[in-house]
Amino acid sequence: MSATARTVARGAPWGRAATILVPYLWLLLFFAAPFAIVAAISLGDYTPDTVPPVTLTWSGKAYALLVGDALYAAAYLNSLRIAAIATIVTLLIGYPMAYTIARAPAGWRGPLLMAVILPFWTSFLIRIYAWMGILSENGLLNQVLRGSGLVDDPGTLLGTEWAIYLGIAYAYLPFMVLPLYASLEKMDAALLEAAADLGARPWTAFRTVTLPLSLPGIVGGCLLVFIPAVGEFVIPDLLGGTGTLMIGKVLWDEFFSNGDWPMASAVAMAMLVVLVAPIVLFQRARARDLAGR
Amino acid sequence: MTRAFLPLASAVGLALLAGSAWSQGKVVNVYNWTDYIAEDAPKAFQDATGIKVNYTTYDTNEILDAKLKTGKSGYDVVTPTMSPHFARQKAAGLFRKIDKAQLKNYGNLDPEIMKALARYDPGNEYGVPWMWGTTGIGFNVEAAKKRLGDAPVDSLKLIFDPATVAKFKDCGVMMLDSPTDVLPAALLYLGLDPDSKKVDDLEKAADVVRKVRPSIRKFTSAEMINALARGDICLAFTFSGDVLQARDRGAKAKPTAVEVNYAIPREGSQLWIDVMAIPRDAVHVAEAHRWIDYLLDPKVAAASSDTVGYASGNKAAVPLMKTDVSGDPLIYPPEPVRAKFFTISPGDPDHVRLRTRLWTNIKTGR
Repeated sequence: MSATARTVARGAPWGRAATILVPYLWLLLFFAAPFAIVAAISLGDYTPDTVPPVTLTWSGKAYALLVGDALYAAAYLNSLRIAAIATIVTLLIGYPMAYTIARAPAGWRGPLLMAVILPFWTSFLIRIYAWMGILSENGLLNQVLRGSGLVDDPGTLLGTEWAIYLGIAYAYLPFMVLPLYASLEKMDAALLEAAADLGARPWTAFRTVTLPLSLPGIVGGCLLVFIPAVGEFVIPDLLGGTGTLMIGKVLWDEFFSNGDWPMASAVAMAMLVVLVAPIVLFQRARARDLAGR
Repeated sequence: MTRAFLPLASAVGLALLAGSAWSQGKVVNVYNWTDYIAEDAPKAFQDATGIKVNYTTYDTNEILDAKLKTGKSGYDVVTPTMSPHFARQKAAGLFRKIDKAQLKNYGNLDPEIMKALARYDPGNEYGVPWMWGTTGIGFNVEAAKKRLGDAPVDSLKLIFDPATVAKFKDCGVMMLDSPTDVLPAALLYLGLDPDSKKVDDLEKAADVVRKVRPSIRKFTSAEMINALARGDICLAFTFSGDVLQARDRGAKAKPTAVEVNYAIPREGSQLWIDVMAIPRDAVHVAEAHRWIDYLLDPKVAAASSDTVGYASGNKAAVPLMKTDVSGDPLIYPPEPVRAKFFTISPGDPDHVRLRTRLWTNIKTGR
């Protein structure tokens, strides 16, 4: 055995251990530890005159309130509903986009994908503020509508639930388009030719061949949009109306307005529980997708 | 209270001024409201004292509150609003006593404001007033004239009488997203004690707001200035400073100017005072006192009031201000109006929880 080979043989277990250790360390430091802290705070008592305003007692009072007050359940359900509708809107916009990009000439795909990601170069907050300018009473959209003479009184979109769907669809569109593109792009075009040869009209071919084959992309994209949309705070706060009850806003109120850290932590913990099902679903879909490759 | 239009960007402070003349690494870390000082003040302080100022800003009391309560915020001077925030933070022991001997300009302060502040800080031991203002009604002059004729606008009826508010629904009504500002005014409208902590009274006040709720486009603390100045809304219940800034911006709006004005309700108005205080764990205590003393200089205070258009807690500064600030009855109201100012006390945690809950229910129509 040469000297080099011996070094590699000796070094290999080290390298492997380090490679495995790094992601675990990362998870421990940036997920498990903060999670444990939030869990501990959620079980404590709110004591406004201490720094920080919580005493670790393991009393779990916050959870009793969480279950006892109908507001929280209503907020969770409403968040799930809004996130679901926004996800469908995003899918309806994202699918044709991903399809077009995947079918575009190879040289075009790179630039088109780039264009999808490009808005990320600007701050998220600034882009949402831009939407406020577009959707407001005297905003760009209404000026165009009035100027065109088609509509006299277009009403105001800003402050409605539709503004929230629009905002979420806009902000999360790349998360929908990219997984869809990935599954559409690897589809063999010969399958469609075969379908056509066997007498399928384009729509039938799409429904029976393309759509089922892109299902992993649809599931992946939808969950990538749905999961963060449930806890979304900025978009409903800025684009939505005051009447929209969402869990992100309730959490803000508990933490900042009431200064009640245990309650805010309990709301956050409950949100995690609510999202466990879609996250597990996402992992399964991805595992299936990988296995199918 | 809130005074800018990027509520979430507030945490991103601007470390101003690459210091030129600072010696021995002397530093003071200042955390202040956005747009709340003459722009050249930190630089001038640095040139005069050799102390480097790290000047950063926030735009909601809640952000400051969360930072202070987490501990070790790193700030040497902060500016919370008197009540409930400063009062609650003081009760939690978050501040250190001001050493008045180190403030040679202390005598310039306005005794009337000091007295109002002393209700929450007996002997003014922990806080030094910076600027103050009122809570009232912002309106679009043209829209109000069209709907009300020559009827007076300086009444809480304008925002709490359902029939009156409904007249403004089509052109847009906004109200502060703040139970501590709206519910006391609603109590006053009912002829009750605005500082009442009785559950029954609070429920009655909530009902007042519920009845006008259908006419309100949005409860917000951050969008009033622009919305008023652009003509997107025509009626708002908010802080004096927001409306006065909207008045200035509206006058410059293009293509057509938007005429906005402010009215202090004749029933009474909640007085707010922003207070300079030194966190208990501040490191640069001597420098913090130097900074506060610098701002107490009448010339510096007057320049800042000229810039931002708020009344100063500094009485000696008033004669040095531009007359369109010091002479504006909406900024410096006359004695009969001042006599009806009120303030509210913080309340215990149960009360705070009930209030926030009522507020959420009002907003979501529950």
